[in-house]
Amino acid sequence: MRRIGVLRRPGLVLRLAVPLLLGGGWELAVRLSGVPHWILPGPLAVGRALVEGLPVLLPALAVTLAVTLGALVVAAAGGILLALAIALSPLLEAALLPLAVTLQVIPLVAVAPVILLYVERVETALVLCAALVAFFPVLAGTLSGLERAGTAERRLFALYHASRWQELVHLRLPTALPHLLAGLRVGGTLALVGAVVAEFAAGHAGSRAGLAFRILEAGWRLDIPRMYAALVLLAASGLVLHALLRGIERAVLRRFHLAPREGS
Amino acid sequence: MNTVLALEGVRHVYPNGLHALDGLDLALAEGSFTALLGPSGCGKTTTLHIAAGLLAPTAGRVRRREDPPPPGSVGFVFQEPVLLPWLDVWHNVALPLRLLRRPRAEIDGRVAALLRTVGLAALPRLHPDELSGGMRMRVAVARALVTDPRLVLMDEPFAALDELARFRLDDELQRLWLARRFTVLFVTHSVYESVYLAQRVLVMGPRPGRIVAEIPVHEPHPRDAAFRTSARFAELCRTVLAALARSGATEAAA
Ligand SMILES: Nc1ncnc2c1ncn2[C@@H]1O[C@H](COP(=O)(O)OP(=O)(O)OP(=O)(O)O)[C@@H](O)[C@H]1O
Ligand SMILES: [Mg+2]
Repeated sequence: MRRIGVLRRPGLVLRLAVPLLLGGGWELAVRLSGVPHWILPGPLAVGRALVEGLPVLLPALAVTLAVTLGALVVAAAGGILLALAIALSPLLEAALLPLAVTLQVIPLVAVAPVILLYVERVETALVLCAALVAFFPVLAGTLSGLERAGTAERRLFALYHASRWQELVHLRLPTALPHLLAGLRVGGTLALVGAVVAEFAAGHAGSRAGLAFRILEAGWRLDIPRMYAALVLLAASGLVLHALLRGIERAVLRRFHLAPREGS
Repeated sequence: MNTVLALEGVRHVYPNGLHALDGLDLALAEGSFTALLGPSGCGKTTTLHIAAGLLAPTAGRVRRREDPPPPGSVGFVFQEPVLLPWLDVWHNVALPLRLLRRPRAEIDGRVAALLRTVGLAALPRLHPDELSGGMRMRVAVARALVTDPRLVLMDEPFAALDELARFRLDDELQRLWLARRFTVLFVTHSVYESVYLAQRVLVMGPRPGRIVAEIPVHEPHPRDAAFRTSARFAELCRTVLAALARSGATEAAA
């Protein structure tokens, strides 16, 4: 039986249908029940608030994304370097890994005020806070990837008396690449979450306001549609960021012939 | 006999207590081609790892003409190709020379020569995921020989290939060996392959493994398809098969 294009891709249909149904149901529920928009706005009201609020929200988003990207860069560099250090030396592992895990288990909301206390520039503090949560998946991914080199491959390197460093650069690091990139993808979305949480903790974002501050501000003013609009913008940025990192991941894996074989 | 490598009374017990080898004696004359045959799990791979210096035996002696062997003087073809998927054919073959920090000009020359030898000179930029099983094995052979080793250890290198591909690679290997006269220890499950290639077939008994029979194959090299169909070949195969059966091998070797 021949079927039209979209029906052959039930995933795509669901991807579009679920938000539409949810949105439609929400709008309908709001209208029928007559809930005032300052308690629960419908999607249409949120859309209107989004369009009207863009001149304020977009610059705020830019501030938050700048913190996010800065944090991702710091987290990537820190996570990868730390993983390499740990992989090269058991002593460094004993010294550093417990520290990294400790940093990971303390919630960011609890640490952020402490960091904000000591770091003069608020922007720097925010980047540090967000990097703190983004860094662990990168570290964990890279570390587990570095252990994935097979025994046969290691024997090959041993046959030619490869040094630890040679084994790391020519075998363990390339083997780790897929895991490193997966860690980076998870870290990227966490960096966004971290940036927002840190902004909340700061209460302001130095000279320029981020998205979290705009959400707080809208709350103080009981501008609930604006709050929702900011949330929508945040979610959309998260999705775009995730898709972007996923795209980079796929491209790099293909480039290095590490992508899983495509089925039929 | 000009011995390159000798294992004397070698015993190996793995850390988990598994007794893999006991009383293994083996001597390889310079430039000789020896096949090692035996039931699955009898310790053939263990023997090769000890011969390569990748594993220290629990007891017994390993004598080499040069000890420790200079890096690059031993080539190893593993049962699987063990290619690095992110490197193309050229870089996979070049890997040993790069690990040994040889000069760039030398690497270029050696890799080009070996790719020509194994018939892959036209495809240096392909990656392992773009090669057939036979081509991957050729890359592995080229990589094992790229340092011009004096001792070449091969662990059922062509076992995963179909019969015809295996015949072709056997002939290529024979040609290379005649040209360079390195010493070969060749593990195989195939009685026919061992008789076709080797000057001497060693048969191992079941675990803990040791050599239980030695069958010389005096037929001169190069050998060709005519030898494979000769009565002499069939008779040698029968002899090896009988030795294998006497050794207590439970599974039929082919
Ligand atoms: N790393 C290891 N740890 C523990 N036992 C091992 C290890 N490697 C091999 N063995 C055991 O030692 C014995 C000999 O193994 P080996 O791989 O040398 O056999 P083999 O003759 O090469 O077998 P096959 O023909 O199936 O490849 C086997 O019983 C195996 O289970
Ligand atoms: Mg084996």
